[in-house]
Formats: sequence, structure tokens, C-alpha cells
Amino acid sequence: MMKNAVEVRDLVVRRGGREVLKGIGFTIAEGSVMGLLGPSGCGKSTLMRSLVGVQQLASGSVEVFGEEAGSKALRHRIGYVTQEVSVYDDLSVTENLKFFAQVLGVDGARIEEAIAAVDLVSHKDAVVGHLSGGQRSRASLAVALLGDPDLLVLDEPTVGLDPVLRRDLWKLFHEIAERGAAVFVSSHVMDEADRCDRLLLMREGVIIADDTPERIREKTRTDDIESAFLALVEGTGDQAGEMA
Amino acid sequence: MNPRITFAVATRVLTQIRRDHRTAAMLLVLPCLLITLLWWMFKDTGGGVVFDRLGPGLLALFPFTIMFLVTSVTTLRERSSGTLERLLAMPMGKLDFLLGYAIAFGVVAAVQSALAVLLAVGVLDLDVQGPVWLLTVVAIADAVLGSALGLFVSAFATTEFQAVQFMPAFVIPQILLCGLFVARDQLPTVLEKVSDVLPLSYATDAMQTLTRTTSTGDVWQNVGVVAAFALAALALGAATLRRRTP
Repeated sequence: MMKNAVEVRDLVVRRGGREVLKGIGFTIAEGSVMGLLGPSGCGKSTLMRSLVGVQQLASGSVEVFGEEAGSKALRHRIGYVTQEVSVYDDLSVTENLKFFAQVLGVDGARIEEAIAAVDLVSHKDAVVGHLSGGQRSRASLAVALLGDPDLLVLDEPTVGLDPVLRRDLWKLFHEIAERGAAVFVSSHVMDEADRCDRLLLMREGVIIADDTPERIREKTRTDDIESAFLALVEGTGDQAGEMA
Repeated sequence: MNPRITFAVATRVLTQIRRDHRTAAMLLVLPCLLITLLWWMFKDTGGGVVFDRLGPGLLALFPFTIMFLVTSVTTLRERSSGTLERLLAMPMGKLDFLLGYAIAFGVVAAVQSALAVLLAVGVLDLDVQGPVWLLTVVAIADAVLGSALGLFVSAFATTEFQAVQFMPAFVIPQILLCGLFVARDQLPTVLEKVSDVLPLSYATDAMQTLTRTTSTGDVWQNVGVVAAFALAALALGAATLRRRTP
């Protein structure tokens, strides 16, 4: 049986007096691509921040590779892309990667590989601030790939990207998973659901489904995840409970 | 703490400054222009005496004020762009981050003050009894202090507007009480006591001592106090920098 890379139990997070995550639990298996789908504002980013260990938790636990999320030993093993393009606008793509490679203590050769993986070779000496939105988010993704992470946490990495590139990136995520890493990708675009091995559907801080895309469609008797999402939201609480 | 990471942060910050030509030019040229303005103001009155009295103080003020502003705004930018969050999820010590910034701005201050000191002493005839190079050392200590305080207060600012407002709150009182306008021992007792715990007072004392005497013992003592304040601010900065945020 596959080992779990991530185990979340009864996680509650409050931000500004509001309960953003309302006691959720799930696991992510090593070597799989787990999708996190839900409308914007449903708590996706907060959940991702919790996994990386930069979010204050109200209660519950988040374990990554058997250790508390955010603990020192994990910082070398996690690649994280925040929703904002978290690279330096006034540096070139290569300069950005060089800096983060030094911080991670990884070999310079990884820089070229990471740039190639996100298809930015032709722009590697361009200053990030001059690039398009999609190119900037790819530069940000390249940073997360640098350290050969065992867990890749990606907050909406494919927003606004060309379909061809989006397909290539999903292929890359699966290649990374095949090498044994766990990949956790969020999106608010429901049509990306079928690219994941397994899905978490989230709404208003609660997980309303946790299963493979096929089984979610089967159980809700729908043809696509968008309809399944609607069926789950409009259906009875029983159905959602059964799914989770 | 890890020297490799500290060095990476410092070189990265310097590369960013070098990229931004306008900022780089302003950092280096502005202090020279201002010191020239001061010299010009008193050119026809007092025969250089006033310039000799105020000049050194100004040399202490520039690096402190400018680095305070620059650092608090850049760190805030680092917070809002998500790069700080990303770095804190990486194997980066909080002190690596803070020291990296302090070193980078210390280097900028060294160049900045070297130019200002050269101009003041070489061209504008600022009368300095002590060693001229020591003026630059004091200026660097001031700059590191400014950076350290900027890093510390940026933790309390959530917008760039707020960050800029910290300058009148934290810097201007220090400028008023540092002994440049009224000698500190002539201030009302309460204000004199207050000025005793403000770091800029020691920076100004160091500069003024340098112009008056050739003995350097007092100067080093003042530089030590400034450095201690800077270290304390860095430690406080590290304490207020949280990996986990609400």
C-alpha cells in the first residue's frame, strides 16, 4: 500500500474572526497528483498554507512525512508556489532561480533544468517584471521545482496559461508524481479535475467530496465535475457525508 | 543561521538595487547634493563654522534616514509579493534574512558615505580633526542601524503607506533630539534623558567628537553603542518575524 505524504485531521483555521477551514481531514498518498477544486474564497489557499507550515492553526493537526507541517526537517522537501507570483520582479528569471538555488543549497545545474521544465529557456535572461502573467507564474513554478521536492504544493499554477502549456505542465506534475513525490494542485477551473488522480472538492471551508474524478461522477450520476459539484451542493447532507 | 544563505540574500538585494538605476543613482548622489546645499546655505555667513558644526551630523543622518525608509518599504514589498512567505517555507533562518538585508544596505551605505565624506572633506573643506576614514565607519554603523530599525518596524506595517509613516514617528524625534539643534546637555531634563536612550544621539556624538578632537576612544565607544542598538533591533526584528501568520 502507498504511504501517505500528508495527513490532515480535524483542521480548523480562523482568519479575522471567521472560520475559514471548518474541521477538515484527508490524506495525500505519495506518488499521486491530488487536485483541490473549489470556488475562490472557499479556503484553498489557507489549506495549502497549512500544509506548508506558514499558517496559524486553531486546532487539529497537519502531518507531512510523519512530522508536524512546517518543521525544520521538512523545509528542504517541500516545493511551494503561492497564489501571488512570488519571485522578484526586478531580477531576471535566471537571477531569481540562482538566488533560490543558493537558499536551498542545490546545484547550479538544477537551474537550467527547472527553466526548461517550465518552458522559459527563450526568456531566461528577461527581467521577470517585463514578462506576461503566464510567464511570470511559470518562473514562480520553476523555483518550486528547484529542490526536487518530495511534496509539491501548487496554488493555482495554471491560471491564465495557454492550453498547450497547461497540458504540458499537467504532464510534468504526473512525471514528478511517478518519481514518488506527492503533488497537491489547486484550481478554481473545474475542467482541470480529470487531470488529477484524486480530487478534493471544497466549498465554504468544508470538503464536500474526496475521491477519484471517475467515482465522484459515478456517485453523483453526472458527466462532469462541475455538475457533480452542483449536485453535491444542492443534494442532501447525507450524500456529501457518504462521499467524504 | 547559515552564511551561504545570508550571503545569497545580501547579493540578491544588491543586484536588485543595481537593476533599479534611478534608485541606485539617488542613493549615491542625493546625500552629496544635500551636503552641498548645506555648505552653500552657510557660505556667506559664519565663515564655515556652522557648516563644520552641522556637516558631520548630517553625514550621520543621511545613511540612517535613507536606509530606514528603503528597508522598511522593501521588506514590506517582500511580504506582500509572497516572496517572504516562500522563503520562510524554505530552509531559511530568520536571522539569515535580516542579516542579509543589513549587510547589503551596509555595503550601499559604505559607498554612499565614502562619496559624501570625500566631497565634504575634500571639496567643501569640512574641518575634521580625527581620522577621515572613521567618519565612514560611523556612517556605516548608522546605516546598519537604520536598516535594522526599518526591518523591525516593517513588521508592524501592513501597507506601504503605514511603512512610510513610521519615518516621522521613529526618525524625526531622533533627529530633533540628537543634539544637532540644541546640545543634548542643554535640553530640558526629561528630553535629555529621552535622548540618552535614542541611538541617533550616539551616532551624532561620534561624528561631532571626530570633528573636534584627534582622540578616537570616545568615537569607538559611541560606534559600539550604535552597533549594540542595531543588533538589538535585528534581534527584535527576528522575534517579530513569524513563520506562521494568521
